[in-house]
Amino acid sequence: MNADIVNALIGGALIGLSATMMLRLNGKIAGISGIVESSFFGFRLEENQWQIVFLAGLILGGLGLVLFYPDSLVNTFEQKFWLVSLGGLLVGFGTRLGSGCTSGHGVCGMSRLSLRSIIATLSFMAAGFLTVAVTFHFFNVGGVQ
Amino acid sequence: MSLIVSFLSGIIFALGLGISGMTQPQKIVGFLDLFGNWDPALAFVMVGAIAVHSVAYLTLKPEKGPALKGSYSIPKKSQITKSLVTGSLLFGIGWGLSGFCPGPGVVSLFSGNMASVNFVVSMVIGMFIYRKTFSSDKVDG
Repeated sequence: MNADIVNALIGGALIGLSATMMLRLNGKIAGISGIVESSFFGFRLEENQWQIVFLAGLILGGLGLVLFYPDSLVNTFEQKFWLVSLGGLLVGFGTRLGSGCTSGHGVCGMSRLSLRSIIATLSFMAAGFLTVAVTFHFFNVGGVQ
Repeated sequence: MSLIVSFLSGIIFALGLGISGMTQPQKIVGFLDLFGNWDPALAFVMVGAIAVHSVAYLTLKPEKGPALKGSYSIPKKSQITKSLVTGSLLFGIGWGLSGFCPGPGVVSLFSGNMASVNFVVSMVIGMFIYRKTFSSDKVDG
């Protein structure tokens, strides 16, 4: 197996471990879009501390990567600024309307064989495949350098 | 104790994303680009994560409750709604345009790359628009 695949499996297992700690120790779903939303909006101190603290860990882990594994943060995807902005808006709006993202539906929901999460994951994968096909190969915008 | 677990889980999640390559948008669009130089890594990340996490569900006894705190808050909703599908489709379009989903965006926020900042700020605005325009549904995660 090539190194990328081994790293993908190891990294994936760590994500699974994190989600497992949240579930079995705290009883919570490690869905990042929900955690981000709860940290910014409708925050209530007694109920939403765990989301803020998880988000702080996520950011601190990111700073750890900056210091000790900067190669993991190299971004060679060339995309127009406004399309990244539009993408962010759609991710924020879409994950809340659809009640989850790659972590909440893709990892947590799929792990418990939730039909809603399977449908959600198939939907965002299909939309992602189509979006990249259209932008890269039809409009020729966005590309990896 | 429960908050320490949340904090450590956040750190481990971030390291998992970094080690797996998912904090590099070129790996995301590489996976989504079926008609180009396809990169399968994202699929293996999902396999690794689900292999570990499904055990947590298979061995879970709901009546016993989580080890540290309260009871399990696992989504019980089972209807396939228009919101679920429409929201997921919009998310997928945004994912393909930006090369980011929420986790990698937040983790790479201070990487020095402006695309990450652009993405995260836009994503939070998108959530704000959702909250202003739609009533909040029960969430899956």
